Amino acid sequence: MTRRMEFHVPQHEKRGFEAAGVDRRDLLRGLVAGAGLTLASGVTLYAVGGVAEARAPGDPVSPEVRWGMLIDVNKCPDGCKACVTACSKENGWAETGSSLTDAQWIRKVEVTDPRTKTSRALPVMCQHCAEPPCVDVCPTGASFKRDDGIVLVDKHTCIGCRYCMMACPYNARSFIHEPLSDQKPHAPRGKGTVESCTLCVHRVDEGRSPACVEACHADGGGAMLFGDLNDPDSEISKRIAEYATQQIRGDLGTDPGVHYQNL
Amino acid sequence: MPGPFSRAGVLAALIALLLACAWPGAAHADPAQSAQTARALVPSPQKGKGDACVADTDFMRRYHMTVLNHQRDDTVHNGIRTKQFSLKECIACHAVQGEDARPVSIESPKHFCRTCHDYAAVKIDCFECHASRPESNKAAQLPTGHGDGAVSALSRYLKGKGQ
Repeated sequence: MTRRMEFHVPQHEKRGFEAAGVDRRDLLRGLVAGAGLTLASGVTLYAVGGVAEARAPGDPVSPEVRWGMLIDVNKCPDGCKACVTACSKENGWAETGSSLTDAQWIRKVEVTDPRTKTSRALPVMCQHCAEPPCVDVCPTGASFKRDDGIVLVDKHTCIGCRYCMMACPYNARSFIHEPLSDQKPHAPRGKGTVESCTLCVHRVDEGRSPACVEACHADGGGAMLFGDLNDPDSEISKRIAEYATQQIRGDLGTDPGVHYQNL
Repeated sequence: MPGPFSRAGVLAALIALLLACAWPGAAHADPAQSAQTARALVPSPQKGKGDACVADTDFMRRYHMTVLNHQRDDTVHNGIRTKQFSLKECIACHAVQGEDARPVSIESPKHFCRTCHDYAAVKIDCFECHASRPESNKAAQLPTGHGDGAVSALSRYLKGKGQ
């Protein structure tokens, strides 16, 4: 460890965002501009709260933050799959047509009330539970919850036993059956491991929103809102405090980080 | 007992033979040069971009997996994404251009990691999950590892052998 301290640290390492040609101020300006655009198209205020705060690349995630999502089902049009397409493109998975073995990062689920026949379609992905059953059952510790509430699979430790898939009440995880090549550099995935929605952890670490949320505002109904559930001043916390929201199977006590409104 | 060869003559010939074998220049003149031919005795991986690697070459040769493993745990569990020992950065910097003007994947023996690992007969499984080349906008997402990749790797192998 002491040897690591002696290394030459390249200039781009010290500068973070500046190295990528993006000034912090420019970045903020870009975000505000983005919010302005969405306001103009009538999706109001969602984008403002949907921005993760940028953290220095060398700082570990903080338990003071808990990332979560609020999905307004009323604004999720039937048949729209903007979030699913964006996730697939961002993370490099594809539907091959064999539903039994396909990746299940995010999917549109149609729910119907058997009495009233009211039907709703909503996106369901890993719910990033505060008490995740997948983490409880994992025999190797591969399934874990990051300090900021994001539930992940450490594929270096995953042995592919699939207990977590059985434990998950949301059917949010899938197993990779085939060898893969040309994965996305930011989303490693390979045969013999379990995978699920990562809440676009590589984007969140850069201070950006997940790909599905961004696509929902650009191409969908603007139903998705991403933000810090622990920050009482965040847009998501204010909305959850103001409106009645539901967690899917909230009765199980898993306390999902994904909340649904108007379900 | 006098024979066709005198004892001194045999001894001198033996010494000359030993010297010829022991002299390093006789076996391979220059590693970089010999790598150009198919009879290279030591691997000569292509240099990365920029002036220097993120640490001394000797250190990287010996400890690259130690630092990569350390970084991987930091990144996956704590979200630390510094660039010095990031595998993604290594792959981007050490990309080797292939014949199709795209960086080669791990399927190719020219791949930076394979150059030495083939020589040392050490199997690496990083690239069963990780991308073995930088992302390209033109890259087609192949659903499986079979098919074109395996065929072209085989053809490259056969071509390489014929040289």
